[in-house]
Amino acid sequence: MLADKDRIFTNLYGYQDFALKAAQKRGDWDKTSALMKLGQDAIIEEVKASGLRGRGGAGFPTGMKWSFMPKAPTPERPNFLVINADESEPGSCKDREIIRHDPHKLIEGALIAGFAMRARAAYIYIRGEYIFEAKVLEQAVAEAYSAGLLGKNAAKSGYDFDVFVHRGAGAYICGEETAMIESLEGKKGQPRLKPPFPAGAGLYGCPTTVNNVESIAVVPTILRRGAAWFKSFGRENNHGTKLFQISGHVEKPCVVEEEMGIPFRELIEKHCGGIRGGWDNLLAVIPGGSSVPLVPAAMMMDVPMDFDGCKAVGSGLGTAAVIVMDKSTDVVRAISRLSYFYKHESCGQCTPCREGTGWMWRVMEKMRTGNAEIGDIDTLYDVTKQVEGHTICALGDAAAWPIQGLIKHFRPEMERRIHEAKGDNMLEAAE
Amino acid sequence: MAGAVHIPDEAETRAKWGSFAFSPAYKAKADVFIGRYPAGRQQSAVMALLDLAQRQVGEETQTQGWLPVPVIEYVASYLGMPYMRTYEVATFYTMYNLAPVGRFHVQICGTTPCMLRGSDDIIAACKNRGLVKGGTTPDGLFTLNEVECMGNCASAPMVQINDDNYEDLDYDSMTAILSDLAEGKQPKVGTQLPGRHTVEPYGGATTLQAMVDKNHDYRGEY
Repeated sequence: MLADKDRIFTNLYGYQDFALKAAQKRGDWDKTSALMKLGQDAIIEEVKASGLRGRGGAGFPTGMKWSFMPKAPTPERPNFLVINADESEPGSCKDREIIRHDPHKLIEGALIAGFAMRARAAYIYIRGEYIFEAKVLEQAVAEAYSAGLLGKNAAKSGYDFDVFVHRGAGAYICGEETAMIESLEGKKGQPRLKPPFPAGAGLYGCPTTVNNVESIAVVPTILRRGAAWFKSFGRENNHGTKLFQISGHVEKPCVVEEEMGIPFRELIEKHCGGIRGGWDNLLAVIPGGSSVPLVPAAMMMDVPMDFDGCKAVGSGLGTAAVIVMDKSTDVVRAISRLSYFYKHESCGQCTPCREGTGWMWRVMEKMRTGNAEIGDIDTLYDVTKQVEGHTICALGDAAAWPIQGLIKHFRPEMERRIHEAKGDNMLEAAE
Repeated sequence: MAGAVHIPDEAETRAKWGSFAFSPAYKAKADVFIGRYPAGRQQSAVMALLDLAQRQVGEETQTQGWLPVPVIEYVASYLGMPYMRTYEVATFYTMYNLAPVGRFHVQICGTTPCMLRGSDDIIAACKNRGLVKGGTTPDGLFTLNEVECMGNCASAPMVQINDDNYEDLDYDSMTAILSDLAEGKQPKVGTQLPGRHTVEPYGGATTLQAMVDKNHDYRGEY
């Protein structure tokens, strides 16, 4: 198990004050200007060397993303950092804890990351429903300004940098980076076609990098303790520590920082008090938030919880939002409720998603009650394949994958319901 | 999974809200938000201003507020935006109420992580108190809606009522919260599990115990 001294988010549970003085006592804002003296390119190299991969779900190497930003921005066309705090993926609840309990890690990270990518300012886009969290964040930003840590000559580094909080108003799609940029510009949040990529033309047409809250908040600690320290955790290509969020049918759901690659069983045993009703009662797990396919119990037990480990069982680490389902779960309903989520959150821009998410949800509801034909399962699978890959952003894919996972692993259960609804008794017929 | 909203008659709405303007306090807040964006990019503040306008309408009506068309028009002209661009924003995001709501806006999360932890019971507790999804109780006190994942999955099931989250709910605690609110009492916000602080494992954190009683600095242990 990760030692407490190697945890980055030491005030994760909010036992102590979030405010500047307390945060400084825990080590935040300690000689920030000295870290910045490393120089912009050296910071990017250090983050690259640490092996940090984006914590928002896709796992793109963070340092490499920063290196795409122009090296000589002009005052007319400045660089921007946008921090994605629109945490809305079902199962994900980690950025909330960072923001309400350790906001200065995020703000200090914003300054350092913004400096490294030569940004003029950072906008932190926080989901509208995080009302309390936004208040805390606003307060923490105001404290940082009063203490001279932001603004002109931020933290006495000689660099001018602003951090602004922007509240969303309820739209999952704004977590997609180009939709977030549209929303920041005061429009409805519909994703843009890429290219151009945000690093070329993003917010207000200026070069922009969009990073997840956790990716930014870990940066000051990585620089203080060194890339080698961060890289010493986890397997090759999957380094560092990570906030895991375990929900559903465990004895004690929680958020906890652990080493990347911790085996699933160990994560649940150590921090969650086991599966409700014991390990034999485990049905399936969604290891990375609603957008990734579920994994049946037998395949999940020993999976290393990292990007490659989850990929190897046909799923993904996503945001490390682990949704656990025991045998009391109506698994078809659990996935159907996710289908409703995507239907509700589709922005309506692309036809396959706008029409497909509603269609898939209606058919999933038929599957839930068994009021369907056996052939409908194949038709449903076929439609998910027509939605997947045919939309501007990944919401279409995210709506398709949970259903594909269900059909792949729980087809017999879907067929059983259809037979039952028809009054067929397969067992008797077989005897 | 809410039903269609009932939008009041336009003539009536215009008569009541036609002369809407930000109060001095709200105007000051609005101008702070506008100042966060580069010159000429004041449209970026539209989301914040619609939220402020809805809150002011809420204060004036002793409810959680909504956005009558003349109020949206006011925000559009305040920012020099075409009305339709502002209306587009107001209708795209779910937190803008396009019809009046009650004094307490009860928003139950029904997405899978909450569903697995018993959000059906929370909805039942609301129904048994006379709340109806998508509607407001006749006394104007409670509006009930089922919303999508609110990001409180490790303390599910949860409900957001006005600006506060109530987490780790069950049928009884939800019923008690509604009773308290109806009687004008402020229930405890956050987790409803006795002894749980926030999102640590119930019964005591498995990590970072040194932080429980004092602001521990781990740097000495590196």
